[in-house]
Amino acid sequence: MQRYSAWNLFKHGLRGHKGWQPAWRSPEPKAHYDVVIIGGGGHGLATAYYLAKRHGIRAAVVEKSWIGGGNTGRNTTIVRSNYRLPEMQALLEHALKLWEGLSDELNYNVMFSQRGAIFLGHSDGDMARLAERGDALRCAGIDAELLSRAQVHKLIPLLDISDAARFPIVGGLIQRRGGTARHDAVAWGYARAADALGVDIIQQCEVTGFAIAGGRVTGVETSRGHIGAGRVGIVVAGNSGHVAGLAGLRLPVESHILQAFVTEPVKPMIDTVIMSQSLHCYISQSDKGEIVLGGDPDFYPSYTQRGQPMRIEEVAGQAIGLVPALSKLRMLRGWAGTTDMTCDGSPIFDETPVADLHINGGWCYGGFKATPGSGWLFAEQLATGRVADLARPFGLGRFASGATVDEAGSGPMPHHR
Amino acid sequence: MLLINCPHCGPRAQAEFGFERPVETILPVDASTATMVERLYTRTNARGVSAELWRHSHGCRAWLRIDRHVVTHEILCVALWVALWQAPQ
Repeated sequence: MQRYSAWNLFKHGLRGHKGWQPAWRSPEPKAHYDVVIIGGGGHGLATAYYLAKRHGIRAAVVEKSWIGGGNTGRNTTIVRSNYRLPEMQALLEHALKLWEGLSDELNYNVMFSQRGAIFLGHSDGDMARLAERGDALRCAGIDAELLSRAQVHKLIPLLDISDAARFPIVGGLIQRRGGTARHDAVAWGYARAADALGVDIIQQCEVTGFAIAGGRVTGVETSRGHIGAGRVGIVVAGNSGHVAGLAGLRLPVESHILQAFVTEPVKPMIDTVIMSQSLHCYISQSDKGEIVLGGDPDFYPSYTQRGQPMRIEEVAGQAIGLVPALSKLRMLRGWAGTTDMTCDGSPIFDETPVADLHINGGWCYGGFKATPGSGWLFAEQLATGRVADLARPFGLGRFASGATVDEAGSGPMPHHR
Repeated sequence: MLLINCPHCGPRAQAEFGFERPVETILPVDASTATMVERLYTRTNARGVSAELWRHSHGCRAWLRIDRHVVTHEILCVALWVALWQAPQ
């Protein structure tokens, strides 16, 4: 692997930048791999990287389209670990610690920026809820700080904190270690580092079925032929239900649409991540200067990766209510991703009823922030055949036993998150 | 946005309707625990036609069965749930 460094940039610059190699190969699939990972998103590529790095197993990653073209490139890039429930806190904090060293680890700048992630409080009730969450986080050793209205205003001067504001601001809760990362770079960085360790990344290769013998998976059927495998990992969030269906399985997952959109790029105006869970609105500014906005899902099952304008109007209305200056900006582009919405809002790590067929999915609309941790834990699962300790609470059996991890406390319906 | 042809009100914008759940997740009151868990917590979730329970919440408030393709968004049929209930297939 050619290292990316200031010196190499200079050296290649002298030769007109003609000496750079492709960041990863495009190999033909081999007949058999110890492990085949289905899905070349951030989670699948991270799984392949840690599988090679920590466990010495060179897997194949098969991707139906191009890497990072699904939800990895369709989220609002927010990274944080300030969840309410201890199971989720442990899972996401493990990921956040990996984020903190990720650019060095991969020798690829994922532009992880710990600019702080703020939940706004709009009422006394909100503040009680945020204080409770902050206390729980600090007990778990995760940073959280309750902010007064004046403190919130200092961090976000453009916020409407007047008495006439559409959404009154009472205070907030900040995780200063939270922030954003460049989502494409996460996929590309893991792909490049995994490829350097001997992982085969096979794009334009759709899985169309599983080879199952005696209740055990022995390979995958793909649009580029049969690929034998000792173990198979499904990491295709958004399409988990479809791919698991190819093995005859039904999951606690409904596929829903989640949209995001950006404005035209402007000079720096928001240097933290603004979130309101009472409204459901996310606002941040990318390094290019675009204001990135996201909100509610579309609330009905769909695989289209295409959302309804109604939702954009709603999010824009909330964002303008919070930061009135945004009303001057034009929307540049919008997109939608298909998310795996589970019956408790939490992800799934488990071995399926088909032996050696493992699944990592169900990330609802919170998967991006978990990418490094998800890959780390799933790599351990695929290497050992045993679910990693931090991923234990997220088994498929939790629904029947009643041990659901319901972060939002909103019951069993996937679209009530 | 979907255009849903409500049997009472005619073609109306999706914004007036609320998705409730896939028909396969409706729980019979006398079901065993195993059936309840299966119905409540698993989905076929196929890339194809989905039979769903919707409600015209901001219209006539009727419960509707809508058969809908989740990849193309084509609506195959909209029927009053109460009519289906009275004449179960």
